[in-house]
Amino acid sequence: MADFDSPTENPEDADPVSGWQAFMDDPSMLLFLGIASPTLLYTLWGVMEVLSVPVAGY
Amino acid sequence: MSYTSMDPIPHRHWWRLPVGPDEKIWIAVAYAWCLVMLVWMVGWFFVGNQNQAGEAFKVTLDGFSNKSDQMIDQYQLKDASGNLMAEGETDVPVVQVPAGGNVYIAAHQFEWPIIPVLELGKTYVFHISSLDVDHGFSLLPIVLNLQLIPGYDYVLRFTPNKTGVYRITCNEYCGLGHHLMAGKLYVIDTAHGVVLDGKGGVKGGEIGGAI
Amino acid sequence: MATAILRNPQDFITCPDTGQNLNKPAISLAKANIFTAIVFLLAGGALGLLVALTRWPAIHILPSELFYIALTGHGAAVLLFWCHFFEVGVAYYFVTSPINARLATPKIAWFSFWLMLIGAAMATVMVLIGQATVMFSAYPPLKAHPLFYVGVILFAVGALIPMFIIIATLIKAKNERTYTGSMPLASFGILIYAIIAIFTWVMGAVIMIPTLLWSMGLIHNMDAQMYRVVFWALAHSTQQMNIVVHITIWYTLAAVLFGARPLNEKVSRMAFVLYLFALQLGSVHHLLSDPGSSFAWRTFNTSYAGYLAVLGSLIHGLTVPGGIELAQRRRGLSHGLFEWLRKAPWANPVFSGFFLSLVLFGFLGGITGVTMSNQQINMIIHNTVYVPGHFHGTVATGTTLAFFAFSYWIVPLLTRHKLAFPGLARMSTYLFGLGMGTFAVFFMAAGHLGVPRRHWDITYADASLPFQFSATVQMLVTVAEIGAVIGGTGALFYLISILGTFMGKTVEKGALPPLAEPAGVVAARLHGGTEPHIKGLEVPGSLVLCLTLLTFLIIYYFAQYKYLATIWGIR
Repeated sequence: MADFDSPTENPEDADPVSGWQAFMDDPSMLLFLGIASPTLLYTLWGVMEVLSVPVAGY
Repeated sequence: MSYTSMDPIPHRHWWRLPVGPDEKIWIAVAYAWCLVMLVWMVGWFFVGNQNQAGEAFKVTLDGFSNKSDQMIDQYQLKDASGNLMAEGETDVPVVQVPAGGNVYIAAHQFEWPIIPVLELGKTYVFHISSLDVDHGFSLLPIVLNLQLIPGYDYVLRFTPNKTGVYRITCNEYCGLGHHLMAGKLYVIDTAHGVVLDGKGGVKGGEIGGAI
Repeated sequence: MATAILRNPQDFITCPDTGQNLNKPAISLAKANIFTAIVFLLAGGALGLLVALTRWPAIHILPSELFYIALTGHGAAVLLFWCHFFEVGVAYYFVTSPINARLATPKIAWFSFWLMLIGAAMATVMVLIGQATVMFSAYPPLKAHPLFYVGVILFAVGALIPMFIIIATLIKAKNERTYTGSMPLASFGILIYAIIAIFTWVMGAVIMIPTLLWSMGLIHNMDAQMYRVVFWALAHSTQQMNIVVHITIWYTLAAVLFGARPLNEKVSRMAFVLYLFALQLGSVHHLLSDPGSSFAWRTFNTSYAGYLAVLGSLIHGLTVPGGIELAQRRRGLSHGLFEWLRKAPWANPVFSGFFLSLVLFGFLGGITGVTMSNQQINMIIHNTVYVPGHFHGTVATGTTLAFFAFSYWIVPLLTRHKLAFPGLARMSTYLFGLGMGTFAVFFMAAGHLGVPRRHWDITYADASLPFQFSATVQMLVTVAEIGAVIGGTGALFYLISILGTFMGKTVEKGALPPLAEPAGVVAARLHGGTEPHIKGLEVPGSLVLCLTLLTFLIIYYFAQYKYLATIWGIR
């Protein structure tokens, strides 16, 4: 904990940040995930489900 | 230097900071339970007796209404003196389809169109739908609830397991008369003498009275 | 707090009490949105009270038509207008002050505010004059006047625009380097909210525009089931937005009250990303007892792609109280499991509202929500009063109570007015939490016994085939409505206090006094020192709270399946 609150890392550290960290700092990637996931998995799949209900003939 | 959830993170590589033991324990326990729920829900679909995914068909309102009318014509019960049985101010027909048969529930504002009579332990193919707006089929007192959608025939096989007088209420708002939509259903067991008493009840039924 | 560089200082005022830099256009917009939200809470709350006094069997105050009007109005005014005006308002604060950013395009933000307001007012008026008695869900073929749908569309478009402004503000701040490193967790939560909102309001346009055309007679076929699928992508997600904002508020209040930081940034942010990916899939929860979809689609979506969103919630459930616990322990309140919690400022409504919201949301909203969204369980509660019972656990005791608590901090901060009627404020959180909590519990009990929702008369006095609910059921409903009236009193106290604050006088300094006695001072008084005794686990108390919640959930879950197994066979 102590080291957490007093970071020893150099802020100019050139070491690239982790991919996950870069992902979470990037609003456009998050936007893509947040729109694509429910649109495809819930809405489009759901609409296909309703469209594929068979017709009874009465 | 102290920072809070309201401040930018003062660590360049915060992703590398270690996760505490409490969080590790909790994430493991919590997700283990999540997986139990997932397996249980899928397992119930294969081995459980109550699953409402069922089948559905697209129908026309007139076509579904005709099916219901044909069923009533064919299977409306008659009393001892040969009169067609019906109950309530609006003469709702009492209908007994043979076991294994198709029971059509063509709900409409603000009435349940039939009073079905079912035999204990037999399986019936229920077709539930609406002739106008969405309704809610709620079978009391077991509190079995299904959504009725106009244009969709929701097909489910029901196997009653208790005799007596059940009630049906509409529990999807369907217009200003929503609260008038109360109905009824009988489960009898002819082989053991549990039959309609002719006075709106079931002789020796397990279910009856206030809900 | 924020230590970053302040650029363009002429666009900011510095709060003399907290030292925060407040962007002037952002706070004007925040105040306007929050004030409007409160007006809708007043209207929606009054309608809710009428609904409660009608469902209370012994009072039954409204005739049927007015009851259904009041119920439709209550739903729209609080679920949509109160929550979403409030959220837009606080979002403008969260993406500016903590990172010293200037709000992007304030003029467009004002334009969208007026769109929302005109839309909300139009929809409300159409409901109140009886032209749109179709409930919040407005399922076709039930039809409302076209202007009702126009109002909803204007509101949705007006609520969509700010989400782009929020994202643009964050990107601009990053580019202008108003802060270094990664944005604060609070701003990150609002980013997640904004993205979910974009999905939500776009779904709103997708479904409401055809519905408007249909109500005008320009389209003849409106597929009732197709509407339900897309409508719930809108309507369920509007409530998920509430959850994301109130969780962000929880983290924020833990920070402002206790100086708390996330236990681990990676874990808390990952929990938000799980929401982003999976939470909206829960829209299917409204369709589990419907015809016309496969077991596969239902299962995948109702379980949020394998309970990922539930995992996210459970993580926040540990990390929010855990952040407080760690902060308190490190300053010396580290005796036993719960000293950190017992010695918290329970008399301050900012804390009491926040912590009650956290507990009630978890125990009332969370446990029941997870259980009822299990596919087969859904069929024994669908459309009974269990459902409003559940969502008063989430939206009232969760979101609304968190918003109450947050208002008591943010409104003095933004207005520079002292909190008015602090005594009423202090009582409001307890009354509202306990009152609405009672309502939720007793409505859920009545729902288990079959009481239908959205229903004027469960005595069926005028029905062709009438029947009776038992005295027990009538009693459960009565107790629930007594709870609603107590909760309504709490909301009234909140409204008096916050409206009074808005109308108060500007003060130079001291509008926002310290919220809590510092933990170090309390610890020194209690045990003469501030040395933390931490060994092994960092936050054992919070872990015990979470395991308690999980135990309740497991018992409740299997109790539901046990009951389900006793009813008819259904295939």
